[in-house]
Amino acid sequence: MTRYASVLDLVGNTPVVDVSALSPKSNVTILAKLEGRNPAGSVKDRVALSLVEAAERDGRLIVGKPDQILIEPSSGNTGIALALVCRLRDYHLKVVLPTNVSPERRQLLLAFGAEIIDSPGAEGSNGAVRLAQRLSEENPEWVFLYQYANPANPLAHYSTTGPEILADVPEITHFVAGLGTSGTLMGVGRFLKERRPDVQIWAVEPPSGEIVDGLRSLDDGYVPPIFTDNDGEHLLNRKVIVRARESIEWTRKLTEVGLFVGLSSGAAMAGAVKCAATIDDEVSATIVTLIADDGWKYLSTGAWSDDVDDVVERAKSIIYF
Amino acid sequence: MGGESVIAVEGSTVGEVLLTLTTTYPAIKGQLLNADGTLHRFLNVYVNDDDVRYLGGVEARVDNDDEITLLPAVAGGAW
Repeated sequence: MTRYASVLDLVGNTPVVDVSALSPKSNVTILAKLEGRNPAGSVKDRVALSLVEAAERDGRLIVGKPDQILIEPSSGNTGIALALVCRLRDYHLKVVLPTNVSPERRQLLLAFGAEIIDSPGAEGSNGAVRLAQRLSEENPEWVFLYQYANPANPLAHYSTTGPEILADVPEITHFVAGLGTSGTLMGVGRFLKERRPDVQIWAVEPPSGEIVDGLRSLDDGYVPPIFTDNDGEHLLNRKVIVRARESIEWTRKLTEVGLFVGLSSGAAMAGAVKCAATIDDEVSATIVTLIADDGWKYLSTGAWSDDVDDVVERAKSIIYF
Repeated sequence: MGGESVIAVEGSTVGEVLLTLTTTYPAIKGQLLNADGTLHRFLNVYVNDDDVRYLGGVEARVDNDDEITLLPAVAGGAW
């Protein structure tokens, strides 16, 4: 095999595997891009590296300068990926993390030396974003990369994920991925549409459970600036919501083709199957869906072993997605 | 938004349904639609799991027994 100088050289160039055995239609191929193969375990390795390198280019971070502090809100994957990059670059990372994320994420952050700042679980991701914004205003010397608004986030996907997909799957007709910061969909979507305007871009809205209950009014809502900046409403062709039960069921079904993946990937696969179901019998189509991470960080959820009803109930109070 | 979580409402488009809803529950009017009748920026409306912003917005057609879900926009996903 190839020899690499740094773990960071292992980011990207992930494999694509045929999972059409789970396709509802024989004329529709479904391919899964396995982002769990990245060194810190998720698609967010691409984003973390891109965010840090952009900050180094524009001078917000200086390689080798001691005591530089970064702050970022994350429910897990971005934090873990940034923690890896920061450890290798010798930056101190503070991650604002809702209290109700799965314990594996907390431990991975600590393993890579990140500091955790708790945000109220009931306020979910929006609460973590607000707290990180406030802390960065109070501490202007901290570097706030703010993945939700930083063009380096979609750029990571425009310059790596998108080109990899088109090189490996030139016959692609649909791209289906989960919507979080919208970085993947905006970056890959823009890259594909520029080269193949007919490719359909589908977003999967993950279940939001307790987070929705924690909102007092719509004024607490949030649309990521990178979604607006990239004219997301016109870039996307469809957006479907996938419920917790469906996500867990599809996470389990993916083991039938040998894939042990995170719950948001179950949601993405459910979205790919919904997409396949809309395609006419006489048309052949190739859907690429993005598997954001592997299942290891979710073992404590019991998603593969416990009664589905119990897992769905737990998903209302713990951030799984 | 409190109270009942599932209710039956008449209308042949998403806009008509939401308007009927705000007549029944005037307190939520500003939470759903802007003054010009478009969807509130932080409101996501789904007809049978499909976001209506990509189906024609408030003009999207609805049939009997379609299920409409109203959800606030949140910074979700595996972020």
